[in-house]
Order: sequence, then structure tokens, then C-alpha cells
Amino acid sequence: MTDVRELARAFRASVPTDDPVEFLRARFDAGLAWVHYPAGLGGLGLPREQQAIVDEELAGTPSNDPRRIGIGLGMAAPTVLRHGTPEQRRRFLRPLWTGEELWCQLFSEPGAGSDLAGLATRAVRDGDGWRVTGQKVWTSMAHRARWAILLARTDPDLPKHRGLTYFVCDMTAPGVDVRPLRQLTGEAEFNEVFLTDVFLPDDLRLGAVGEGWAVARTTLMNERVSIGGGSLPRGGGLIGMLTSLWTDRPDVRTAAAHDEMMRLWVAAEAARLTGVRARQQLAAGDPGPEGSAVKLAFAELAQRITGLELELRGAEGLRHDDWTMRHGEAVDFEGRSPTYRWLRAKGTSIEGGTSEILRNIIAERVLGLPAEPRTDTTVPWRELPR
Amino acid sequence: MNLLYSQDEEALRDSLRDLLRTRAGSPDDGFDAEVWRLLTVELGVTGLVIPEKLGGAGASLREAALVMEELGRFLTPVPYLGCAVMAVTALRVAGDTAILPRIADGSVCAALAVPFAGPAGDVRVTDGTLTGRLESVADALAADVLLVPAGGDLYEVAADGPGVTRTPVVSLDVTRPLVDVALSAAPGRRIGPARPALGAARTAGAALLASEQLGVAEWCLDTTVEYARTRIQFGRPIGSFQAIKHRLADVWVSVTQSRAVARFAAGAVSGADPDGAEPRLAAALAQAHCGPVAVRAAEECVQLHGGIGFTWEHPAHLYLKRAKTTSIALGTAAAHRRQLAGLLGLTPAGTP
Repeated sequence: MTDVRELARAFRASVPTDDPVEFLRARFDAGLAWVHYPAGLGGLGLPREQQAIVDEELAGTPSNDPRRIGIGLGMAAPTVLRHGTPEQRRRFLRPLWTGEELWCQLFSEPGAGSDLAGLATRAVRDGDGWRVTGQKVWTSMAHRARWAILLARTDPDLPKHRGLTYFVCDMTAPGVDVRPLRQLTGEAEFNEVFLTDVFLPDDLRLGAVGEGWAVARTTLMNERVSIGGGSLPRGGGLIGMLTSLWTDRPDVRTAAAHDEMMRLWVAAEAARLTGVRARQQLAAGDPGPEGSAVKLAFAELAQRITGLELELRGAEGLRHDDWTMRHGEAVDFEGRSPTYRWLRAKGTSIEGGTSEILRNIIAERVLGLPAEPRTDTTVPWRELPR
Repeated sequence: MNLLYSQDEEALRDSLRDLLRTRAGSPDDGFDAEVWRLLTVELGVTGLVIPEKLGGAGASLREAALVMEELGRFLTPVPYLGCAVMAVTALRVAGDTAILPRIADGSVCAALAVPFAGPAGDVRVTDGTLTGRLESVADALAADVLLVPAGGDLYEVAADGPGVTRTPVVSLDVTRPLVDVALSAAPGRRIGPARPALGAARTAGAALLASEQLGVAEWCLDTTVEYARTRIQFGRPIGSFQAIKHRLADVWVSVTQSRAVARFAAGAVSGADPDGAEPRLAAALAQAHCGPVAVRAAEECVQLHGGIGFTWEHPAHLYLKRAKTTSIALGTAAAHRRQLAGLLGLTPAGTP
């Protein structure tokens, strides 16, 4: 049995930390990046739980920023590991983990959001590669990303789930056009990506032709694992901003708002404790479906809390701080105005799976209820109404 | 705080289920003496929280919470909350060494003589005898000993002794009977000061009632899901309709949250001071959250069962009644929200 604590200590003692990138490369090569990955690919083939020991021992050393590399870390890496060729794994995983190469995800389209398998972006054979044409949407980090995971249709004559193929898209290739997508908050956290006759060599295909849906399922399952991760103290986050307003401003208090605020406080604490329990289950090696409960509950809470805050402020709630378009990269719930928070919260029940889709998933996969009858899984994609 | 179940708790859950599963249905008087005997004597769960030197198991309220969960799931008509949780907590805080060993060995069932909802009653003390009237006392029907707060102290009164009249009332929850207690110069033995004992008992009771509410809600969810999977209408199981799915998914989310909250509350009251600020906060949180969730789960259970859910023979109504009465007993959700606000310093409107 490998003692990862000893390994991590020895590594820390022997590798200088003055060059962050060199340090991260060395950490990857030592198998201390993600210990559950195979040796040679940043890991040691150990149980996932042991990563916490490594992270503890290497606290304070140079680290990659999980917010910046989140899509690569949470979605691309497990998919490349599971479905990639040995060359693809060697090529992509190391610079992904060190943060030298950022990733984004080219899945959603204007016509295929929740119904992802209905997507229309086409990939057509062209010699030893593929020509890709289509439009993707909601692409975080596309303006910074070096690579993207891409789902495209390679056979429109098959039913929709069977005509898909999964690629790694070179974001520097000619024909890739990234444009900021301005949201109702005024910001552009996301992008639209237009793909026009983009050539991708066949060695950027991940998995077999026509097996894209199975590969995408690996990606999506890992996305759900990574959602609902953050840990807040009791009374922190959005509910903390509401209670601070209450404490600081006696003039906004009403009896009805008091009870509603306390309802929200209780709901926020219940959601927080559920997250704590979900992480304890994960640490004990027994991950449950609780993450989707946290996500659903947070989405509703964020909207109710920010809505009440705006009402309490009354006339102030009519005034926004700044409509200048910014191309930010993350949600800024803490740094912006109450009106921004209220508007941004409207996205919490849509992003990462809408609340409606999440309820279907809970009902079918957790509770075991039967699926609704479908008409779109057996006919050729070409014949489906769009 | 660890919010998971320990292996010992899982083992305890298994043996409880084996025992309770075969005992469906509730006797007319709301007390199943045989199950109570098995719980107290065979499994010894009434003595879980009693120290070992007094004959108990020396476990904590966390384990007792697990028992509450299962009793809620099976709606077992036994006075566990009143005797093994609230009376035992009161007696421990009061420093009793006489009654606790007899609860531990199953020879005595004790009940706190306080209204199940609302403020403590008004009992006068005259020359060591007690006189007064207490309405809607829970878990006192089967009790041998009543613990009566009077004149600032807690007294032991023999439940079938002179000057004590217990009158069963028609309770909304037929599985947890209530009695009105009339005391007329009933002889009492002073145990200790009432205030700390009652405070701790109420906090522990509110915290652990959340686990019972969790068990009730889980039964309602499981039963409704099973029904939705098998009940065919319009040519398909009703659980395949999104209108039904989403309602059940929402119940699952709130039940999942209740589990985390109930575990947290049980852990918080398990320390040395069950009536400290943190335990009181946890208990108030638990009642503000888990009570309404159980009511909602039971209401959905009745609704989604359709006509059969509105009948006497389907057990859904028993869970509905239990859920609603427990959401009122030991303080409503609104009262607990007010208490939380006080503990958090979030003062009501109109105060500076």
C-alpha cells in the first residue's frame, strides 16, 4: 500500500516552489495531481479519497485555480481518461491539469439546450479529418480556451442519439469564431461559438464514430458530481447579505419580511447542511444523489433571497449600479449590487441542467419512476421537428 | 459534525425494522404494550440515553434519534418520545438516580406532565401535595410516573396514585394519545429544580421529534413513489407523468434536506449541555424545517394516492395526522422561527 502522505511530504521537501508552472508539472509527473488517475497520467491509481491527504500535505504550495480550469478538470479530463487513446491522454492531461491549457465545452446550441442529443452542428468526413459547421452557445471560457470538448452530428439519418460523434476542438483552428454573449445582467460571462468549416484531424476524435452520446454521458455524469461543491459557513453567502441588510437598516424592517427572512434562513441552513452531508458521504467513499438536491434547492433559494432583498430596499431597488458590458468569467454574487444579484440568480435554475430536467432525473434515476413515453428516439434525426 | 449514520446506528436500525415491520396497524387506545415491552426489555432502547452506572446503555441522543426515525416510519404507538427522550433528559438534568434505573430496566414508564403544545401548566404545591390541571399531555396514558413541574420544582407523582385523574381526550393523532391530567392534593416527591430540566427536555424533544418527522416523511415518500410506479391510468403508470414526477422530486429534495437537518439537531443535543445556545438553535432549526416537510410529504401522499388516499383503510391519513400534530406540538414552525431570530440577533420589525 502506497503511503501518499509520505510521498507528498517527500515531494514537498525536494521540489522547489519558486516557479509555479514547473512545480505543477513536477507534481503531475510525481502522480500527485489526481491520485486516482493511472501512473504516468498524473496519478497513482489510488482511491479518490486519498487526494484529500495530498492536498492537505501540499497546502500553501503553488496550485492551479479550479475556477479557471474547472471545465477541463471536471468534464474534459475524466472523458479523455476514459475514452481517449494513449496519445490523446498523454497530449492533453498534463497541460490541462497544470492550467497551461484551458478548456471549454461546445455542447449546447440555440436549438438544443436541455434536449442536448437534438443538436445540429454537423461534422462531415474530409480526407483524414472532419469539417465542422454549426453554432454553440453558453460557452464559458471560450475566449480563453485552447481546447474544447465538442459534440457534433456525423449521421443525420440515424436516430438522434446514435448519429453523434465526440471531438476535441482546436480553438485556434481557422473558422472558430468566439463572440461574447451578453446576458440579462448586462455582463457576458458566456460566449457564442460559431464554427464555420473548421477542420479537425481525425486524431482529435474521442471515441468511435457514432459513439458520441456514450462519451458525452461520461462528461455529463462528471459535471453533476462537481456541482454543489462549495462550502460556506452558517449564515454566509446570499443569506448573509440579506441578514446584514436587516441588521444594519432598521428602516427596512417589516413584520411580514421578518418571517419570510427567517423562512429563508432556515431553508438556506437546511441546504447548507445537506451539502455538508453530501461531502461527508463523498469523503466516506459513498457518493449519493444529494448533490442534485443541493443544486435544486440553491437555485430556488438564490432567487427568493435576492428577490426579498430588492423588495426590502424599496425605492433603492429601482436603481442598478452599472450596465457597462463586462466580459467576466465567473458569477459575481458577492461583489456586485443587489439588482445584479437578483438578475443573476435567474440563471441558477437554468445553468448546469434546468430545475425541470433535474426533477426528471431525480424522479427517474433516484426514485425509479418510469420515463415518459417518447417519440424522438427511434426516427431519423433528419425527420424530427425542429 | 458528522451527519452520517454510524455502523452501530445502521445495525440498530436493522433490528428495529425487523421488530416493527410485523407490527403494522395501531390499537384503538394508541398504545401497543407488547411492542413497548419488546423495545424496553428485549432491545433496551428506552435506556439508550441513560448512563451505564444507572443501568442504561450510556449512548447519546443521536442513537435515540435513530429510534425516533424508525418509530415515525412505522408509526408505532409507544411513548418513546415522552419517556425515553423527554422524561429521561429531564431526570438526567435534575440529577435523578431513583427513577432512571427503573426506566432502563423497563419496569417504569415516565412522562413529563406538561401540555404537548403550549406553555407549561399551572400546578400549585401545598404541604407537599400538588393541585392543578394540565391539558393535552402526550405519552401519559401508559405512564407509571408523572413528572410534574410545580412551584419551580419538578415532582414525581404516581400516575395511578391518590388525587390523580387521567382523562383520555379524542386526539387528532390516534397513534399518539393525549390525556388531560387533574391533580387534587396528589402527593409528590421533589426531584430537583424544574426550569433547567424542562428546558433541556423540551430542546431534546424538539430536536429528536425532527427525526420522527423524517421517518414519517420517508414513509410517505416511499409509499407514494411505489404507488405512482404501479398505478395505471390513461394506459401508463401515473409516475411517468411529469406533473407527478416533479411533485415527488420536490418531496425527495426536502426529505433529503430533512435528513441532514435532523442528524445535525440530534448531534447538537448530544453534548454535555443539551440546552445550550447551539442545541437550542439546532432544535429550533429542525422544527422550523422538518415539521413542515413532514406535513407536505403526508399531504402529497394523500393527494397523489387519489381516492384511496382519502379513505380510512389506507394508512396515509394516520401519517397525515401524525405529521400535522407534531408540527404543532413543542412549538409551531413559526414559533421556532421567532426563537431562531432571537438566537441570531435578527430582531423583529419595530425594534432598533
